[in-house]
Amino acid sequence: MNGAHDLGGKHGFAPIDFSQTDNFAEDWEASVFSLTLACGLLGQWNLDQSRFAREQMDPAHYLSSSYYEHWLHGLELLLLERGIVSEDELCSGRSERAADFTAVTADKLPAILAAGGPTLLDTEKRPAYQPGDVVRVTHDNPVTHTRVPGYVKGRTGKVVAHRGAHIYADEHSRSGAKVAEHLYTVCFDASELWGEHNTDGKSAVYLDLFEPYLISQATGEGIA
Amino acid sequence: MADHPHHHAHDAPPSEIEQRVKKLEALLLEKKLVDPQTLDALVDTYEHQVGPKNGARVVAKAWVDDAYRQRLMTDATSAIMEVGYQGRQGEHMVCVENTPEVHNMVVCTLCSCYPWPVLGLPPVWYKASSYRARAVSEPRAVLSEFGVTPHADVEIRVWDSTAEIRYLVLPMRPANTSHLNEQQLAELVSRDSMIGVALADSPA
Repeated sequence: MNGAHDLGGKHGFAPIDFSQTDNFAEDWEASVFSLTLACGLLGQWNLDQSRFAREQMDPAHYLSSSYYEHWLHGLELLLLERGIVSEDELCSGRSERAADFTAVTADKLPAILAAGGPTLLDTEKRPAYQPGDVVRVTHDNPVTHTRVPGYVKGRTGKVVAHRGAHIYADEHSRSGAKVAEHLYTVCFDASELWGEHNTDGKSAVYLDLFEPYLISQATGEGIA
Repeated sequence: MADHPHHHAHDAPPSEIEQRVKKLEALLLEKKLVDPQTLDALVDTYEHQVGPKNGARVVAKAWVDDAYRQRLMTDATSAIMEVGYQGRQGEHMVCVENTPEVHNMVVCTLCSCYPWPVLGLPPVWYKASSYRARAVSEPRAVLSEFGVTPHADVEIRVWDSTAEIRYLVLPMRPANTSHLNEQQLAELVSRDSMIGVALADSPA
């Protein structure tokens, strides 16, 4: 979806604000952080579904709220959608029925964090592109989760690396299925993204894009 | 949750969001969906144990050991694991090296992806709208706000972390540091230099 989270290249934002240096400005932010990770360990949703839940915040609210409020919105939405808590329970803060899940205990945490969630998958599919290939990003506008930022849609770039096949984020969010798709780092010249007269000098942007996002371009078109 | 040293609002009544989070936490604890020790351990891990000192060790090692530097550039995940760091949000690492010709910087425009095992949790500005919006379209303007002004001939490469690859910038080793050992060099490696919005510090 192309919601308010899709910020790349948007104008009008203030200079970088360096005023806040703590990880957690207030206790509730630390609580949201730990509750989100701990609930994630219940295994009822994946990281892409988490991201999609945060993206579904009202756009005006998303832009006017802090990072951990986005997380709070996402966590509440996921708990509600999965039927793990009810609206009434969220309002009261009191449980009306027992849950069927077992909380992850602290002794298991180091191993879980050390393992993380690798996304690299084995696949029989051969990569369609290799470094040096010129590709164009599809111009698609899904209402579901995607990892194509709006600012590269329809733009032409050059593959600089093949990163192996990874869990395809779009499908992972939609159905939870771990579908392998080849992942490439694609380089876009600044003038391709922002126009000849709107570049910031000699610069380029590199993005990691899944194969279904890309269309082959004959060498010689775009930035060759 | 146990006390944390961030009570900025001791005397104020709890805000709406504080009350909302307190209710959510009470509910999840009562339902036994979360374990209180796990919550404390998560905050302690990412506030006190994992942080940019990890990445600084990796960078300093790469500065003094060229074979290690090459392993880091070829397979950063394994090379970082050699130093003892791995896991959540660092499962697939790539290191990008600053040179006199190329300056790299990292952003995540869509959320705030960041290499936790080597840098800890992202700074507030990294997660804020301004950096996410502007880093890709006006990197030099953003860099200048950090006090970094690369020459016009230097190519700026902005890495937008749109998938599960996480990027670590290998800053250039500062001049006049040949007398320093690896531990002393690590002291010069700031968090921001490994995001690519600062240079490594010069020796005192």
